[in-house]
This record gives sequence, C-alpha cells and structure tokens, in this order.
Amino acid sequence: MQTEEMRLDGNAAGGALREIFARDVTAALARCGGCGATAPMGALLEYGHEMGVILRCPTCDTAVLRVAHTPGWTRVDVVGISFLMIPEN
Amino acid sequence: MIPDVAEGVTRTAQRLDWRVAKVTEVHNETKRTRTLVLDIPEWPGHRAGQHVDVRLVAEDGYQAQRSYSIASPPESARVSLTVERLDDGEVSPYLCDVLGVGDGLEVRGPIGGYFVWDVAQGGPLLLVGGGSGVVPLMAMLRHYVAADRSMRASVPVRLLYSARTVDDIIYRDELQQLADCPEIRVALALTRAAPEGWRGYRRRIDRAMLEEVGWPAAEQPRTFVCGPTPLVESVANLLVALGHDPASVRTERFGPTG
Repeated sequence: MQTEEMRLDGNAAGGALREIFARDVTAALARCGGCGATAPMGALLEYGHEMGVILRCPTCDTAVLRVAHTPGWTRVDVVGISFLMIPEN
Repeated sequence: MIPDVAEGVTRTAQRLDWRVAKVTEVHNETKRTRTLVLDIPEWPGHRAGQHVDVRLVAEDGYQAQRSYSIASPPESARVSLTVERLDDGEVSPYLCDVLGVGDGLEVRGPIGGYFVWDVAQGGPLLLVGGGSGVVPLMAMLRHYVAADRSMRASVPVRLLYSARTVDDIIYRDELQQLADCPEIRVALALTRAAPEGWRGYRRRIDRAMLEEVGWPAAEQPRTFVCGPTPLVESVANLLVALGHDPASVRTERFGPTG
C-alpha cells in the first residue's frame, strides 16, 4: 500500500485527540514548530499506524504531533507544535 | 491539581465515552453500501459533517476501530451511518453483512469540529464527493433542505458527485429529488461505465468539470471535498489552482482500510 493512500486528515484523529485534550481540537489552530505555518488540526495530514497516529504539517511535513499507545501509557510528543489556539466552543 | 481549574475543565469539556448503540433499521443502498440507523443512548446531537468511531472487540480482546461519517442531519434524533463494504476490511464486512436490527454496536461521538457546516455559516456551498465520500455531504444536504426557504434562498448549493457506475450511486433517488430543488444543482460523474442516454459526465472529476459545476473563486464559496485520498487531493489542488482560498476548501480523506 502506498503511503499517499494511507494519508488522512487530522479530522480523522478527532476521537484519539479528544482522549488527550478532553475536548474537540480539530478546529483548534496549531502553529507548526518547523515552518511556522498555522493550520486547523483537522487540516493536518494524519498518518495512522498500529500504535497511534502522527499528524504532519501540510506545508513542510514536520511531525507536529505524535501519539503512541504502549502498555499502560499513552505517549504524546507535541514538540512540533509551537502554539495551539483552542476555540472555546 | 488546582480544584477550580479542574472544575472548569469538567464544565466545558464533554467526555467522549463509548456507548452501546442499538441498530433500529438497516437499508441496503447499493451492492456495496448499507445504511445503519442507530439509537444511541444520551446522544448529545451532532453537526452535519461529523463522524463517529466504531469499535469491534473480539472474544480474545482484539480490537478494531474505524471512523464513519454520519449521514443523518442534526435534525434527526437517530444517527445514520452509511458504510461501504471493503472486502478485505476488518470492520465493514461485519457492519454490512452480519449486524442486524436489534443488535448492539459500540460507538463514540460525535467527533470533529473542522469538516462541519451548518446553513447559518452561509455559502455559496460546493460539495464534491467520490464514492462513499458523499455520506457526510448528504448530512449537509439533508440539513440544508430542513432549513426554512428564506435561509436556503441565500445559500445556493452545488454537488458534484462521482461514482463508478450508475448502480454505485448512493442515495440515487434522494439526490434526484434534491436536484428538483431550485437552490440545488446536482452533477453526477460516472468513471467506469455509463448507461445509454446518460446525461451526466463520463469521466473522473477534472478541472473543466470543477469550472462548470463549481462557483467562481470570486464568489468565495465554502467547499467540502470528501472521498478517497487521491480524489480529494486532486480536487483540492485543482480548486486552489482555480484561485480558491485553500482555507475555504475543507477536506475529508477516506482511507483504504475498512
């Protein structure tokens, strides 16, 4: 299977993200730590894998957010987000 | 933990719990797609374009989880999912072939605040779908026709929908009815085979089609594109090349796993 076919939108990770952020963040604006571009989380590129998800910047491909589930732990790497703005409603 | 912060979090955030929905109706849409009508306890309501996660758990504890777009409009108390059967899938064959009326199904949702539209957001609206990508667009169209006429008059809608053959068109009869609405234009494209006398398009969605069916960029339409990843990316790129603001083109890619 080609990688491009596996690519989805950040929107598809809405359920998994809500486990972490406790609210819907697909409409939240994330500024990429790599290039500084700002995009709604729902518009990031999502690459699912067995253990979790990776969200990449549509502009520069930086891994903005990485989530991995390991026994007993959910590991979240947010080093690719330099700023996150979450709408109140 | 600071107590009042914790309280604030509890107030503003809605927990996303798995709930056992009950299947109340089943409709076969095409050979490969089926609509499940679900009664979900304590369903908080949803917006057009949102999805739910569905989870199947085997006796040995193995879990498979997929996301399915909601086809029913916010105005409907029950939640409809239209599922395409992917033969080598882990979840969709069960949903399409095994699950029946009265059965339970684990779901959580509604999910998503990005690929959503309601009539108050205005338009004009362009919906572009491929295959089962029409499902969340249908929730938007159903929501649209439920709005009052004065609201609709200020928000004209165009749908461009591509399917392989005429028998693969999901919601075919309903789309024909929608096309009778003066505010809605429905354009269909068949990519594999077309019956004699077919008056729609007979090719994949391309630039010329988007120019004919879509709105000029100057009208600043809201655009939602949903379907297989290659179709969505091709359409989104073409729209941007036609001058549309990338932020006004919202996409929902459907992956190849079912």
